[in-house]
Amino acid sequence: MADIATDAQLVSRCRDGEQAAWNELVERFSRYVYAICHQAFRLPPEDAEDVFQEVFARVYEHLDRLRSDDAIRPWIAQLTRRLCIDRLRSGGRERPADEELELAAVDEVLAGLDEALTVRACLDAVGDPCREILDRFFCRDESYKAIGDALDLPAGTIASRISRCLAKVRVELEGRN
Amino acid sequence: MNGYDPERIAALLRLSAPAPEGWVRAAQELPQARVGIAALVARAEEDAAFRSRVIADLEAALEAEGIPATPSVVAALRTSLTAD
Repeated sequence: MADIATDAQLVSRCRDGEQAAWNELVERFSRYVYAICHQAFRLPPEDAEDVFQEVFARVYEHLDRLRSDDAIRPWIAQLTRRLCIDRLRSGGRERPADEELELAAVDEVLAGLDEALTVRACLDAVGDPCREILDRFFCRDESYKAIGDALDLPAGTIASRISRCLAKVRVELEGRN
Repeated sequence: MNGYDPERIAALLRLSAPAPEGWVRAAQELPQARVGIAALVARAEEDAAFRSRVIADLEAALEAEGIPATPSVVAALRTSLTAD
């Protein structure tokens, strides 16, 4: 299993000005923030990019104000949600009458994304080569051949590797319960 | 958190597609951007003509310093200049 820093450790290192920790924090939460903008709120790409950058700018600026270092994840989720809503309202693309209904649907997607982030953390804990194989197949939508070529593995073995790797992630998930 | 079969795990993994690389890189470069902004502001405080040029075109001033002029970085520069 890979040795992964906890969110709290990462936040603490960022506060000490460690660039590598900031890079890792952005990497760790970039998919989450992107998914909230893109999948939950369905912002057009240019708006999604603005919100994405604004989220990390505010995280960087206000890291000192975080009450608990463990609270980074819900804080980022809440911040992203608020900035997406502001963006929709400023563009006049959301009518007040629809807002409550739409936000309920968004919250449902957010719950799924939160769960996806946990699975992602388990995937990081399992480490390579499983992380690489599952990420390429499920997250980047690459074919068996493309994965085999990239990782120098026979394409015919990719399906069974995916199956074994999913089992490892499952064990990791169950270990966290 | 129980009941994770492989299909469920696969479905959750599909939800976490990577953000565009350029977005991630720009966010990772924020600390350097802040240092660059501080240098621009310091120079603007000492040089009124430079300050006018920066205010006239914030994006160009940032790009000239090699700082990606994302909206949040531009906003940070604007705030820093007006906070003087």
